[in-house]
Amino acid sequence: MAFLNDLQTVLKRNVREYGMYIALFVIMGIFAIMTDGVFISSRNISNLLNQTGYIAVLAVGMTLVIVIRHIDLSVGFLAGFLGAVAAIAMVSWKLPVIVVIPMTLGLGVLAGCLTAYLVANRGIPSFVASLGGWLIYRGAILLVTISTGTIVIPNETFNAIGNGFIPDIPDIGILPNVHKLTLLLGLLAIVLYIANEINQRRIKKQYNFEVLPINMFILKMVFISGLVAYIIWVLAGYRGISWTLVVVLVVVAIYQFVTTQTVLGRHIYAVGGNPEAAELSGISVKKIVYVVFGSMGMLSALSGILFASRLQSATTTAGALFEMDAIAAAYVGGVSAAGGVGKVIGSIIGALVMTSLTSGMNLMGIDISLQYIVRGAVLTAAVIFDVSTRRIGK
Amino acid sequence: MDTPILEMRNITKEFPGVRALDNVSFKVAEGEIHCLVGENGAGKSTLMKVLSGVYPHGEYSGEILLYGETKQFHSIRDSEQAGIAIIYQELALIPEMTVYENIFLGHEIHSGIAIDWNETIKHAGVMLEKVGLEVNPAAKVKELGVGKKQLVEIAKALSRDVKLLILDEPTSALNETDSENLLNLLRGLKRQGVTCILISHKLKEVISIADTITVLRDGATICTLSAAKGEVSEAVLIKNMVGREIENIYPPRGQRVIGDVAMEIIDWSAYDPKIGRNVLKDVNINVRAGEIVGISGLMGSGRTELARSIFGNPMGFRIKGEMRIKDSKRRINHPQEAIKYGLAYVTEDRKGDGLILIQDVKQNITLANLREIAKRGVVNNNAEVQVANEYKDSLNIKTPTVEQRVMNLSGGNQQKVSLGKWLFVKPNVLILDEPTRGIDVGAKYEIYTIMNRLVEQGMSIIMISSELPEILGMSDRVYVISSGRVTGELPVAEATQEKIMHLATN
Ligand SMILES: Nc1ncnc2c1ncn2[C@@H]1O[C@H](COP(=O)(O)OP(=O)(O)OP(=O)(O)O)[C@@H](O)[C@H]1O
Ligand SMILES: [Mg+2]
Repeated sequence: MAFLNDLQTVLKRNVREYGMYIALFVIMGIFAIMTDGVFISSRNISNLLNQTGYIAVLAVGMTLVIVIRHIDLSVGFLAGFLGAVAAIAMVSWKLPVIVVIPMTLGLGVLAGCLTAYLVANRGIPSFVASLGGWLIYRGAILLVTISTGTIVIPNETFNAIGNGFIPDIPDIGILPNVHKLTLLLGLLAIVLYIANEINQRRIKKQYNFEVLPINMFILKMVFISGLVAYIIWVLAGYRGISWTLVVVLVVVAIYQFVTTQTVLGRHIYAVGGNPEAAELSGISVKKIVYVVFGSMGMLSALSGILFASRLQSATTTAGALFEMDAIAAAYVGGVSAAGGVGKVIGSIIGALVMTSLTSGMNLMGIDISLQYIVRGAVLTAAVIFDVSTRRIGK
Repeated sequence: MDTPILEMRNITKEFPGVRALDNVSFKVAEGEIHCLVGENGAGKSTLMKVLSGVYPHGEYSGEILLYGETKQFHSIRDSEQAGIAIIYQELALIPEMTVYENIFLGHEIHSGIAIDWNETIKHAGVMLEKVGLEVNPAAKVKELGVGKKQLVEIAKALSRDVKLLILDEPTSALNETDSENLLNLLRGLKRQGVTCILISHKLKEVISIADTITVLRDGATICTLSAAKGEVSEAVLIKNMVGREIENIYPPRGQRVIGDVAMEIIDWSAYDPKIGRNVLKDVNINVRAGEIVGISGLMGSGRTELARSIFGNPMGFRIKGEMRIKDSKRRINHPQEAIKYGLAYVTEDRKGDGLILIQDVKQNITLANLREIAKRGVVNNNAEVQVANEYKDSLNIKTPTVEQRVMNLSGGNQQKVSLGKWLFVKPNVLILDEPTRGIDVGAKYEIYTIMNRLVEQGMSIIMISSELPEILGMSDRVYVISSGRVTGELPVAEATQEKIMHLATN
């Protein structure tokens, strides 16, 4: 009884946060049933995660852009354009991958800083500045592919980023059809997670702070560990963890850390919450604009790399509508246009929700016209839920 | 006895972790001016929000009777229709719209389906005359000063045929002349039969205008006093509000040890490129260690511009002149550098540019000095809670936890958070811009005590204030500024209200 009461209070206090996860589960559950389990097959889940990759990294960057009350519409075609640049660098200039990737990311940062310059130094609304970028990069893609059309990328290392999987340890007889390194890594992740939680709780207690009641604490750990274990098990049943997933996890880990644990992260959210107050508190709003748009540019480049690598080519339409998907993912994940509110993890979940919809509906053979309508409805519903729970929550 | 125009019975309103109103009963007779007083966080604003439907029926328990009839308001619109108008401290006007558009916003005058602008302008003129405001109805609201905006708000309320007018701290941002005008207007409205509820922390004005006063404390009605029966005096009010007697509004300072000059500006001029003129001209001001320097001047005299030009110049003035901090010449180009050189600035507008309302108490307190609780750029969240709790205790901030969002705090407690934030940067020179605006007597006393403690420890304080008694009660030395120039410098012993007013208006 006490247990149920505790559960209720914990859930009530955090409806908003858990709402997204629940939505994701519901959507996945529905598709699992409608497709007789095909949707949650190892192969499909693995595909789903890879498809989410290039939107997910954009959504992470977009979250911060929206948090500081701006928008960046140029990211889609910037990704497409930089993907093409990477392809040309490998195909025509014969540069090695190890040079091409940092170079592309660097160009992305540069492009982001250009938008930041227009916004921070020239006072141009980011909507307009990035709309200019949208047109320019779109033209630029056409320009660089004008003679060749689609550029096919023959480089295997590069293509592995979007299609490859981490290698397995040599076969030792047990578990013949599962990816054993994936299992090991999953196990390691769970152990690290539990150790960290226990440690955090201990420190909090040292400071005499309130902690979750012990039964809730254990429930939470069991739940999350179980979830991770399940996903790992599913992935191990196909070809293991993909390189795309590795890239996304690294990006998320870095951004999650920076936004929640560092001075820089605090400054970003302060600027979003009240730019005037932030400036008077000794934070350079300009600098934050540069950092956030610069990071957005870099993630656009990364998205372009992931996409080009996945298609093993740079196409003339690469990047079309990515920005809309990223913005939608961020809003489904709970960012607020009023500024100062929004979490990186939320946007990742948002990106998963959006790609699950596409993937699930594709599996069911639903017509593309209906797909757009459903996705639009889900986006709207998510934001309505978010806004209404925000009012109830404190 | 007549039925009261308003009766609120057994109102209880809870927020997570706070019972803001606990069984409050409140009665207002028709045609009177009824003042509502109480400490910060006592529940005054909440009670008025319950009344006006901001918190709709169902979110509180209790009963509201208007002319003896039970009413259930589900939104502000409902209460407006019943003849209630509320004017919040944060004005609800649209700056980019004209005065007449604002006055008739939400109940436009139509001819057919289109708005009849000619009628609107004509009626707006009538309303403005009623409130005694001489402005062009076609002027944009953003061009008006606070005092005039306040009057536009009242004109807007009157244009709706209001029976019960509620004003939540209308004079806290007004200077004495504007306040007096406003109070006279209320007296005039009373003669025309408008009933008025006024919330204020300025006890003198409360006493001068109120027919009846209700005191709230910790979410409960303490007493209702009638002026006609001679029950009202400042001492009685304070005692009921705070629960104890405060003899001296300005606490005595221990020994005064005035040290060397901590900060000085010499021939300081600031040109504002946005309005194309000098906002400060040849200002010379210094402050010594252990000293409180008061800066007095009318609204718009350049007081706030002075503070900002010193504190890293975030408004982008073109500055001429020299600044010296502890004998070294400094050029400060950003608030960040100002903080580094030991300056701190508590802004006058805590909601606008002081606090981040959507963030919690602890994040606001540590924002200007995050590095203190961070190691290699990583914030120690636990240390942060500890720091925040220290300031919560030492400043007596009323909040269930430091994880409460600042927007949920009462006005006075927000001000304390703002003060805590700047004390945490451990400055040498603390610039306070209207430090006690909207703060109750008890908390004022606490803030003055804290100021005294800080200067006793050797800090320098520059206090900008519109309240002359506060300037006289707290400062060691007073500068008076008028139109961007220093028109006088007086040791406090020689300063009087008359002298300061004279200097401020010449
Ligand atoms: N939305 C809210 N969520 C949580 N607590 C709230 C909220 N609004 C008000 N409170 C709390 O309710 C109490 C009463 O607040 P209220 O604003 O009515 O005080 P007040 O008497 O108007 O004070 P002040 O003179 O400082 O304006 C305070 O403790 C405040 O923190
Ligand atoms: Mg209030």
